Amino acid sequence: MQPLLHPLLALLLAPLLLGIINRVKARFAGRQGRPLLQTYFDLAKLLRKGAVISRTASWMFAAGPAVSLAAVCCALLLVPAGGQAATMRFTGDFMLMAYLLGLSRLALVLAALDTGSSFEGMGASREAVFSALAEPVLFLCFLCLASRSEGLSLSAMLVGPGPAFAPEGLFVPAILFVLLLAENSRLPVDDPNTHLELTMIHEVMVLDHSGPDMAAIVYGAALKLWLFCALTVGCLLPLKGMPPLAAWGVWLAAMGATAALVGVVESVMARLRLTRVPRLLGGAGGLAALALVLTLWR
Amino acid sequence: MELFQSVMVALLCCNLAYLAISRLRVLIRLTAVQGALLAAVPLLFSGSAAHGHALALSFAVFAIKGVGFPWLLARTLSRLEVNPVVEPTLGFHLSLVAGVAGLLFSLWLETRLPFPPGLFPPLLFPAALTTIFAGLTLVVARKKALTQVIGYLGAENGIFLLGTPLSGQGSVWLELSVLLDVFVAVFVMGIAIHHINKTFESIDVGRFCSLRD
Repeated sequence: MQPLLHPLLALLLAPLLLGIINRVKARFAGRQGRPLLQTYFDLAKLLRKGAVISRTASWMFAAGPAVSLAAVCCALLLVPAGGQAATMRFTGDFMLMAYLLGLSRLALVLAALDTGSSFEGMGASREAVFSALAEPVLFLCFLCLASRSEGLSLSAMLVGPGPAFAPEGLFVPAILFVLLLAENSRLPVDDPNTHLELTMIHEVMVLDHSGPDMAAIVYGAALKLWLFCALTVGCLLPLKGMPPLAAWGVWLAAMGATAALVGVVESVMARLRLTRVPRLLGGAGGLAALALVLTLWR
Repeated sequence: MELFQSVMVALLCCNLAYLAISRLRVLIRLTAVQGALLAAVPLLFSGSAAHGHALALSFAVFAIKGVGFPWLLARTLSRLEVNPVVEPTLGFHLSLVAGVAGLLFSLWLETRLPFPPGLFPPLLFPAALTTIFAGLTLVVARKKALTQVIGYLGAENGIFLLGTPLSGQGSVWLELSVLLDVFVAVFVMGIAIHHINKTFESIDVGRFCSLRD
């Protein structure tokens, strides 16, 4: 049961993270906000609805959301949590995780292009560009973690050594948090609540999906957010050696706190101009390179 | 010593930020941060046995580099009413790559130079050299005269950092007089920038090419 605890928790609680983010944003704006479980209600509603599919769309349009969700679910099996090793672990599994996330994105991009809509093509292009810029930064972070761990698997990197409290050891969680914002289309990179197609990135890419397909996309996005939160918390919190129950409690609290932090960032920051997003990711890359150089130097 | 290392890493972050920032006002604030970090270095270097000279030097560095220069630069910027965006001749991403390359080079150089053992604490030499590189990059890779003054200050900060382990009691006066010289230099540069703006209606040094006999 223990190895499957994290995937089960993720499948059950991932939509709650979106609820926490929305609640924090609402409180900052002086509103009561939506119910914490609103994403669950939305998912249930979408699953009951039928899908409207364009006549020009091919099988790729329907396959995109399913492949995307399946790839993120597989990636979740590789991520350790609560001070315990991941369900599946092997040397180089971080590469598989990064490319499973890439596959998930590719499936959605292809489904968006398949509709033939110019807006969706524009969104797909932006999503692909920003992800391509974020991927080297993610790998630099993994290199940093690998250089101070005993093995080359995510479990060894995030559970093995505990965090390095050298100053550069704190860069990696910070960079992973920036990647969390960029990869999950949160502010300041993308505004999940915007309704103007010209400025959207992720949301414009999935405009044509409806019903169960849309539910798969929303659920997949929640799982991806959970995955990045788990990576950020994993390299910040030394949970190895704690009693399992306490470790899981602390870990879940940290996941909630990370979601709340996303809400705070979204409340206090304006969205970046599209042309400035590469600079943000470039800055994160520079910091990651600095962290790697200093880790190797020590 | 852990705190000293943290200050060095913070200085390295400042250097990379110097090369990635696109707003003049933020760049000036970063100069203040770097000045404050530099002020902490003589105190941390002498540790618990901090003598009066180290205290005087730290105070002088904080007053001049942490407060004085940023104030002068901010005053110049607000009086000039120029576009507050840093205009690069070398792009921000390339500048950042140059900064990381500078750090790698300084780490390599530290292993090649025959320093007396124990002269430089860990990370001080690479941090100092990278500060000089970042300052010089700012001088050559940005168009506006104000950014070049900030780059000059950055390079001088690196030289100050290199000199810190060598500053015994006697050389503190030398350091203080250098600080005074730099203060005068920045003051003069402020006036020069004002004249450049008046003559060319811009502080873009590229316009100097239009000068004729």
